[in-house]
Amino acid sequence: MSEEIKKEIMLPKGEELVLSSSPHIHVTENIQSIMLKVVLAMLPALAAAIWFFGIPALLVIFWCVLFCLVLEIIWCRIAGKPASVVKDGSALVTGLLLAMNLPPVTAWWVCLLGALLAIWLGKQVFGGLGQNPFNPAAVARVGLLIALPRQLTYWIPSSGMTADAANYSEVFYAAADFTKIEQAGQVIDGITCATPLSIAQNTPKILDSGVAAADNFAAIANPESYWQYFIGNMGGSLGETSTLAILIGGIILLSFKLIRWQIPLFYLGTVAVFTGLIHLIWPGVTPPPLFHLLTGGLMLAAFFMATDMVTSPITGRGAAIFGIGLGVMTCVIRIWGGFPEGVSFSILLMNALVPLIERMAKLKPFGFRKPTPAKGA
Amino acid sequence: MNEQAINKDLKIVSFKGGVHPQKDGKILSKKASIQTAPLLERYQVIVSQNIGAPPKVVVSAGDEVKKGQLLAEAAGFVSVPLHSPTSGKVEGLVDIPGPMGVMTQAISILADGKDEWTELPASIDWRNSDADTLKKRIMECGIVGMGGAAFPSHVKLSPPPDKKVDYMIINGAECEPYLTADHRVMLEEPEKVLEGAAILGRAAGVKNVVVAVEINKVDAINAMMEKAAQFNVGIVGMKVQYPQGAEKQLIYAVTRRKVPTGALPADVGCIVQNAGTAAAVAEAVNAGIPLIERVTTITGEPVVNPGNWRLRLGTPISEALKLCGGVKCEPGKLILGGPMMGFAQRSTGVSVMKNTSGILLLDKSDVTQYESSPCIRCGRCLEACPMNLQPSALSQLAEAGQYENALKYNVMDCIECGACAFACPAHRPLVQHIRRLKAEIRNRTKKEIKK
Amino acid sequence: MTSTIILSVLALSILGIILGLAIGLISKLFGVATDPKVDLVLELLPGANCGGCGKAGCADFARALVSGEASPGQCPVSSQEVMAQIAQVLGMALEAPDKKIAVVLCGGDIQQTKVKTLYNGVNDCISAMLVAGGPKSCAYGCLGMASCARACPFNAIEIINGLAVVHNELCVGCGVCVKTCPRNLIKLVPAEAKVHIYCSSPEKAALKMKVCNVPCIACRKCVKSGEEGQFTINGFRVEVNYDNYPGEDIVSKAGCPKNCLLTAAQHLEIERNEEAGEVVA
Repeated sequence: MSEEIKKEIMLPKGEELVLSSSPHIHVTENIQSIMLKVVLAMLPALAAAIWFFGIPALLVIFWCVLFCLVLEIIWCRIAGKPASVVKDGSALVTGLLLAMNLPPVTAWWVCLLGALLAIWLGKQVFGGLGQNPFNPAAVARVGLLIALPRQLTYWIPSSGMTADAANYSEVFYAAADFTKIEQAGQVIDGITCATPLSIAQNTPKILDSGVAAADNFAAIANPESYWQYFIGNMGGSLGETSTLAILIGGIILLSFKLIRWQIPLFYLGTVAVFTGLIHLIWPGVTPPPLFHLLTGGLMLAAFFMATDMVTSPITGRGAAIFGIGLGVMTCVIRIWGGFPEGVSFSILLMNALVPLIERMAKLKPFGFRKPTPAKGA
Repeated sequence: MNEQAINKDLKIVSFKGGVHPQKDGKILSKKASIQTAPLLERYQVIVSQNIGAPPKVVVSAGDEVKKGQLLAEAAGFVSVPLHSPTSGKVEGLVDIPGPMGVMTQAISILADGKDEWTELPASIDWRNSDADTLKKRIMECGIVGMGGAAFPSHVKLSPPPDKKVDYMIINGAECEPYLTADHRVMLEEPEKVLEGAAILGRAAGVKNVVVAVEINKVDAINAMMEKAAQFNVGIVGMKVQYPQGAEKQLIYAVTRRKVPTGALPADVGCIVQNAGTAAAVAEAVNAGIPLIERVTTITGEPVVNPGNWRLRLGTPISEALKLCGGVKCEPGKLILGGPMMGFAQRSTGVSVMKNTSGILLLDKSDVTQYESSPCIRCGRCLEACPMNLQPSALSQLAEAGQYENALKYNVMDCIECGACAFACPAHRPLVQHIRRLKAEIRNRTKKEIKK
Repeated sequence: MTSTIILSVLALSILGIILGLAIGLISKLFGVATDPKVDLVLELLPGANCGGCGKAGCADFARALVSGEASPGQCPVSSQEVMAQIAQVLGMALEAPDKKIAVVLCGGDIQQTKVKTLYNGVNDCISAMLVAGGPKSCAYGCLGMASCARACPFNAIEIINGLAVVHNELCVGCGVCVKTCPRNLIKLVPAEAKVHIYCSSPEKAALKMKVCNVPCIACRKCVKSGEEGQFTINGFRVEVNYDNYPGEDIVSKAGCPKNCLLTAAQHLEIERNEEAGEVVA
């Protein structure tokens, strides 16, 4: 090599070398990008909620997200953690999930309480992201349901269900203030409506078989109502209504590998089989399986709530067992329990069992063989 | 993969798990044909280059040596001799930075410029020779696993008599990103690789000899398929996935046999050797040439002219980088080996060894920064692990100091391939945690044995 | 209404009495006889569960004491009074061992040594050793990532300027840190030995000085200033002989050129000063 070229050659001084364990390269994905992808998957459902319930829904979403973010920052300040922890996006996801679990006319202070329960009690007291055993949004939902049952079961019809769809937001904007509703009393009568599940629960069960039993749920379980349930034109909390929107979100989640596919498959499958069997034997006791799949928070739970990475089993087999357990519990509560909707309770109960399930469903290493006494160490 | 079509007779196999690095960096050097490095002024040959006992030095300061002359003799069965890379004078024993960060002993040789060979042993007609003669020659020429492990090859070829071996698999996977040395050897010297494979097969007494190559090396596959028949060697294609080249995964892909945990490949009747080792074996048996040089990929974004160079043992890294035109900017990392399992270096004073498959410089922006983030239990590490372990659980156990519990999660089966830490979105140092667990368990086992 | 109250109170009280009697009876019938001495000794012991006695915690040690397998002197945490009390309970004579404390024999903090590479990984000395031996340029010096400080059951070790320093008044000599340090820098020495040579590297002086400002270069000044047998020469370093250690005046008498021969108090003061911003030449 000529002298000229030699002069131009720069050799590394080696003074800024980083020493670390292998591997030395990495995927570009990080926690924030995962959380943002989850938010993307939730957008169809959020859009459907705003479409069907108008401005009140948007307000609920806004309050929930705002309070979740602010409360996380406050906790980090108190606990001495850097407030930039909120940048990882998990509080944002919790806020959106919490909003999807609440009725459309939830007042701001209920959202604040919910955010407190979700972020402080559901996540931070356990040590923050990754350490909580229970799904934060489910904790908040159940806590609010038991403490404030009336606020959490105040359903309004969706805009497609009212005759006066054009004036929907005007009429229901007033309804968004729960205290005004209380004071106005009879004036806003006719605004509240029952969800299909609550109607199903209030329908008296008919045990024997016969025409009466078969027709017991005909009013709420017929092809036209199924279509309404599918697109989301029914009463319920923000995220519960539109099955179509949630399915789109579910496809996004599955394609980005953000959830364990065994959970929705086994959860929905178990519910379908369980209610299918019961409906087959006693048609008057519970509506057909398709009704159960399309109503209530089942779809939302199957794709967004139960599949929360932190609180569900990490192995595939564990996730399947988890899904089956959820399915059984949801059906039991729905059919024979005191509440019309059993999903939130099932999620919390199964979350508690996750360490046990993981113990049972440990992976066997490649080439595993049972240690036999004859072979030495 | 787009330039030529894959031969349709090629069988393509794979294993479960693993990761697929999107940016595999091979584009930097896969078209660069092998260049031979010019003679340097000085070579610092590290003494301890193999697994097992380091060889015993038999030369002293002031000795005149010829190229290929014995510098150190094997010390026991699991050991190989060391030969001089050129002719010149032995300056003495020096301490230079070793690849593991600690200072290590090296023999410093001042080249006399003549590069004269010593008297080499005669060529062996391997087709009519017996296994022991071949193994002896392989041992005498100092051949070790050149894929990175540096395990003495003659030991691998001598499994205990109760283990019946019927497959010799030549590892042409080169699954690590950035590395292209084996690719170029297989492309430019296919007969050597195939002949070496046949010799190894004969030395081990096996009938089925197969060269397994990842299908991103289409030109190499085609080059070898043309000549494979005359050596009675089969070619198998493998899906591009990391760590396809790991022994257990390679054996499973080619033969569908699973090496049991805690066992060796010989237990399922297979012996695996690197493609570069096969080429070195061919040279050793045919011409008696000892292992004194190897093809190394010098690459990375900071390198001006990445390429594949035939470097002699003891070449200082700084000289190797000069061959490639130096660097464009100060690198963030200097790695010996590939980016997934290679060792990050603290200094540029290290020198080339028998198993240095790559000298990789990473730009500062590409360097993985580990954080102590909590595990979000996303499960990507479980999907990535080729051994079907649970790295998330293991790393949480390591952080909690629960070393005994780690045995329940089969931590000792980890092959430290790094696929889990590559995939982790929380940037946790999973492999370091697992290494810590293993070190702790080995210490406790040692203490138990002492008691 | 009142009858309900009376009935409830009566029912629960009777139930409580019956169950209480049952528990009492069962604990008498199925009770395990324990030696009351074990409980007495256990109460006297400090309860740190540090394992310094070599047993698995204080309860195990109490059992061993009562059965005669161990002697009170084995507990490094107990004071002389406590040991005397225990000996009294057990009715045995007391042999008082010398109190030992730990010392980290390295003076290479961040200002005095060069950290040649940036280390990125688990912040723990033992884990760092697995990555090319860790980031400090001296291969035998303290890594300063607090494995020993975290292991110490008495919080006696502080990391000042990237160097582990043991606080003499807090250290009880249990020995956990000695086992933890991956570079074997920590020694248990008699509590009265105040002078130490803060370097453990066996390298030649020229190599040591490239990486550290305060190594022991084995110039032998301390050996010549002290009495016979107070120091041992171990290759390229000098060590204090802790069976015959020198007094504090040796520091000024010897005038160690590298400021490596120091008393523990001086060492701590230098580190504190460096932390505050003054760099010692």
